[in-house]
Amino acid sequence: MRLFVSEGAPGCLPVLAAAGRARGRAELLISTVGPEDCVVPFLTRPKVPVLQLDSGNYLFSTSAICRYFFLLSGWEQDDLTNQWLEWEATELQPALSAALYYLVVQGKKGEDVLGSVRRALTHIDHSLSRQNCPFLAGETESLADIVLWGALYPLLQDPAYLPEELSALHSWFQTLSTQEPCQRAAETVLKQQGVLALRPYLQKQPQPSPAEGRAVTNEPEEEELATLSEEEIAMAVTAWEKGLESLPPLRPQQNPVLPVTGERNVLITSALPYVNNVPHLGNIIGCVLSADVFARYSRLRQWNTLYLCGTDEYGTATETKAMEEGLTPQEICDKYHIIHADIYRWFNISFDTFGRTTTAQQTKITQDIFQRLLTRGFVLQDTVEQLRCEHCARFLADRFVEGVCPFCGYEEARGDQCDKCGKLINAVELKKPQCKVCRSCPVVQSTHHLFLDLPKLEKRLEEWLGRTLPGSDWTPNARFITRSWLRDGLKPRCITRDLKWGTPVPLEGFEDKVFYVWFDATIGYLSITANYTDQWERWWKNPEQVDLYQFMAKDNVPFHGIVFPCSALGAEDNYTLVSHLIATEYLNYEDGKFSKSRGVGVFGDMAQDTGIPADIWRFYLLYIRPEGQDSAFSWTDLLLKNNSELLNNLGNFINRAGMFVSKFFGGYVPEMVLNPDDQRLLAHVTLELQHYHQLLEKVRIRDALRSILTISRHGNQYIQVNEPWKRIKGSEADRQRAGTVTGLAVNIAALLSVMLQPYMPTVSATIQAQLQLPPPACSILLTNFLCTLPAGHQIGTVSPLFQKLENDQIESLRQRFGGGQLEETFDLKAKTSPKPTVIETVTTAGPQQIQALMDEVTKQVCSLSPVGDWTS
Amino acid sequence: MAAAAELSLLEKSLGLSKGNKYSAQGERQIPVLQTNNGPSLTGLTTIAAHLVKQANKEYLLGSTAEEKAIVQQWLEYRVTQIDGHSSKNDIHTLLKDLNSYLEDKVYLTGYNFTLADILLYYGLHRFIVDLTVQEKEKYLNVSRWFCHIQHYPGIRQHLSSVVFIKNRLYTNSH
Repeated sequence: MRLFVSEGAPGCLPVLAAAGRARGRAELLISTVGPEDCVVPFLTRPKVPVLQLDSGNYLFSTSAICRYFFLLSGWEQDDLTNQWLEWEATELQPALSAALYYLVVQGKKGEDVLGSVRRALTHIDHSLSRQNCPFLAGETESLADIVLWGALYPLLQDPAYLPEELSALHSWFQTLSTQEPCQRAAETVLKQQGVLALRPYLQKQPQPSPAEGRAVTNEPEEEELATLSEEEIAMAVTAWEKGLESLPPLRPQQNPVLPVTGERNVLITSALPYVNNVPHLGNIIGCVLSADVFARYSRLRQWNTLYLCGTDEYGTATETKAMEEGLTPQEICDKYHIIHADIYRWFNISFDTFGRTTTAQQTKITQDIFQRLLTRGFVLQDTVEQLRCEHCARFLADRFVEGVCPFCGYEEARGDQCDKCGKLINAVELKKPQCKVCRSCPVVQSTHHLFLDLPKLEKRLEEWLGRTLPGSDWTPNARFITRSWLRDGLKPRCITRDLKWGTPVPLEGFEDKVFYVWFDATIGYLSITANYTDQWERWWKNPEQVDLYQFMAKDNVPFHGIVFPCSALGAEDNYTLVSHLIATEYLNYEDGKFSKSRGVGVFGDMAQDTGIPADIWRFYLLYIRPEGQDSAFSWTDLLLKNNSELLNNLGNFINRAGMFVSKFFGGYVPEMVLNPDDQRLLAHVTLELQHYHQLLEKVRIRDALRSILTISRHGNQYIQVNEPWKRIKGSEADRQRAGTVTGLAVNIAALLSVMLQPYMPTVSATIQAQLQLPPPACSILLTNFLCTLPAGHQIGTVSPLFQKLENDQIESLRQRFGGGQLEETFDLKAKTSPKPTVIETVTTAGPQQIQALMDEVTKQVCSLSPVGDWTS
Repeated sequence: MAAAAELSLLEKSLGLSKGNKYSAQGERQIPVLQTNNGPSLTGLTTIAAHLVKQANKEYLLGSTAEEKAIVQQWLEYRVTQIDGHSSKNDIHTLLKDLNSYLEDKVYLTGYNFTLADILLYYGLHRFIVDLTVQEKEKYLNVSRWFCHIQHYPGIRQHLSSVVFIKNRLYTNSH
C-alpha cells in the first residue's frame, strides 16, 4: 500500500502515529505530493493524506486510514471510540482547522486562535475528568486517542494554546505525546519547527468559513453534566433516608498501625526533606501536604493507613552546613529536624510517624540490602578520578567545581553541565578547574568506588514495571521520566562517597567511605518504619497485601521509580515496591523561583508569622497544586481565592445553613419533606460526591477540591432560590418549606465538613463542632449523601469560619517576602546572565556566598540529591 | 429528515422491534441515544453502528479490515460532507465525485451492501428527489446505485420512491 503525504498536511500526524502504533509502517510506501495535487481520481478537490490500498481502493479520510491500520493489527473499535471519531470529524475538525488557519496563515495569536477551539477542548477535558479514565475510551489507549492527539498536537504542543485549567486534557495530552510512535510522527511532520511546519500546506487551503450555525452558541457544558435519570434520583433519595444507620462501625485505632489481612492496607510516604534547610511552600505542597490529604482521605474511607516521613540527614550538604555553623553534623541534624517537625505540626500534617535517617536501623537495613546485592553480584568496583581540593581538604561534589567547558570553551561551566552548550561534563574534564568555595585549583586523585550494576537489573525492573504500571495511578510525569530513563539504557551508578557523615560501607578497603545518599535515602522509609515498630517488615516485605503510595516532586522520580526498585529487586527479599508513584510538577513563586539566598518566597517557618491560619495556606496550596503542570503561588490570587471561594462561597453557605437552624428553628434541625426539586438536588450532590471519590481514588487532589466548592455553590443557589428567610414568615406551607430547605442545607453543610477534612482539618472540626455532628459521621465518608443531621437534632453555636483578607495586608506581605516588582528586575538579571551573580567576581567566599552555593546544591529540599550530581 | 426519524427508519430496516427514543442535542440537533446499560451515545453514525451490532448484523459494517475502513470512511463522508454542505454548488461537486466513484461499483464497498449504502441513501434522498431528469442522467452511476438501494428490501419504507428513466433522453450529455 502507498501513503500519499504532503509537506505540512496536519492529517499526516495521526496517520503516521497510527501506523507506528499498529506497526503498519513496515509495508508502507510513502510518496510526497504537492498540497494541490489530486491523488484520488474520483475526488474533485485535493486531499492528503491518502492511502492507496493494494486492491486499488483509496482511503481519503484521515480517521479511516488510522482505523485501517488498527484493524490490520486486529484492534476493533467500540461504540465509545466511534463516538469520539464522529465528534472529531464533525465538531473538532471545523474548529481546529479554523484555529490553525488563523494561527499559521494569518498570524493571529492568543484568544483569536483559542476562541474557536476552546469549547471543543473543554469538552474533551470534561469528558476525561468525568469518566475519570486516563484515555478517551477507557482505561486503555484506543484509536480515538491517536486520532484526536494527532489532530490537536500541532496546536497544543505550544503551551499557550493548552489552557491551564484543563488539567485532565493536559495530562492526557502529555501521556500521549511521550509515546514513541507519537513522538516520531510529530518529529517527521513538524520537523521541530512547531506549528509553522504546517504553513506550506495550510496556505494553499481555502480560508475556513466562520462556522455557519455551529459552535457559536455559548451553551454551558454544565448542562450536559446535569442530566439525571429517574433511577439516579430515586437511589440518592433512598440512600439519604437511611441516614446514620448506614454508617459502618468506626474501626478502632491501632498503635502501631500494622497491615491487616483482608483489609485494604495503604502505606503512604512523602519524600524525605533534606534536613539542613527550611522547606518552602513548593516543597510542602509537593510532598508532605499532598500525601497528608491522601492519608486523611484514606482514613475517611476506613482503609488501614500508615503515613510516614522524616528528615534526610546524611550527605555533603549537612557536613558543609555544620562547618558553616560551627556545629557537628549531628548537632545540625538535631537542630533542623526539630525545625522541620515544628513546621509540619503547624501545617497539621497527620504523620503516623516522622523520623530521621541517622539511626542505627538505617545502618542495619542499608548494610543488609547492600550485602545482599553484593553476594548476588550486583555491585561493581571501579577506580574513579575525582577532583580534590587540597585547601579545603575534601573531594569536591560536581557543583562545587567550575572551569572552562571542554566542548565550547565557556569559562564558567559547572562540574556537571555547561550552561552555554548544555552538554554534560565529567568534572575532571573541565579545563582550569576551580574550587567554588576557596577558588584554589583542585587536583585529580584516583579513588576506589562501588557501583550498583543497574544494567544487570534492568530486565527485572522492566518486568516489574510491566506488571505495575497498567491500571495503576502513577502520574503521567512519573511514567514519562521512568520510561525515558529506561529508553536511554541504565548505566552503573556510583553508590559510595568520600565523606564521613553517612552510612558506613561494610566492606574492606572502604572504611573511610559512606553510602551516597541516593542509594540509602530511600531506604530511610524502611528504617523510619523500623523505628516506629519492630514489625516493620509486615509493611515493607508484604507486596501482596500492601498498597504503597509515594508522593514527591518530579525531580525525585528516578530514585523511587528506578534506583530503589532496582536495589530492592536485586536484594531478592520480597520488598514492597511502589504501586502508585505520585509526582507533582513545580510550584513557582509569583512567576519566579523560591530562593532562600535572595529572600524570595515564603518558607515553612514564616507562614506562621503571616497571621494567616494554616488551613488557609493548606487550601490555597492545594487549590494551585502543580498537578499535571507547573503552577505559581501569587499573593493576589491567594487573597482572591480566600475571599471568593472560602468566604463568599463555602463559608457563606455553611454559615447561613447553620444560622437558619439556630435563628428560625431554635437550634433544632426542622422536619424535611422533600419535593422533586429537593430530590434532584440530593442527586446532584450525590453525583458530585461520587466524582470527588473517583478523583481522590486516583489522587487527583486539586480536582477533587473543586467538587467541594461545586457542592457548596449548588447549596448557595438552593438557598437563594428558595428564600427560607422569607418563607419562615409566611403560611404554614411556607414555613414547612423553609424547614425543608434549611434542613437539607444544613445536612449538605455537614457533608461538606467531612469532605473538607483532608484539605482543611481544623475548619472541618470547627464546622462539626458547630453542627454537633455525631462522631461516626465525622470520621467516615461513604459514597452516598446521607442525612446525618435528622429532624430534631440539636446543633451548637454557629459562628463565621473565615476572615476576609484585605488588600493592604496582602500587599505588605508581598513586600515582606519579595516578589512583584522587585522579583521582576531580579528575573531580568537572571536571564541575561545564567550564572548566579554572587560568584562572578569574588575570589574568596564569605558566608553569604557559601549560603548561595549551598542553596544551589540543595535547591529542591524534597530531593534526596540534585539529579545533576548523579554522574561521578 | 431529522436524525431521530432516520434512526427509527434504520431500526425498522434492521428488524429491531423495540423502538428507541432519541433526544437531540445542540443547534445541529445531533441525536442522542440513552442506552440502558451504559452511558448515552451521541452522533448519527455512532448510534447507527451501535444499532447494527444490536441487530446482530455486523456484516453491514464490513467483513474485512479494508471493507470496515471503507464503510466508516463513507459514514464520515455522510455526516461531514453530505450533511455539512447544502449549497447547490457543493451538492453538485459531491454528486460528481460520487458518480465517478461508483462507476465500477455496485455498492459503496464494491460488491457488498453495507450500512454506508443505507445512510448515504437516507442522506441523499432529499437532494435526489429534487434532481431533474437531465441531472439524474448526468449522474448516471449515482442514479443506478440510488435506484438499487431504494428497492433493497426494507430500506425505503415511507420515503418517496424516486423515478429514474431507463432510456437515455439526453444522448449528448456526456
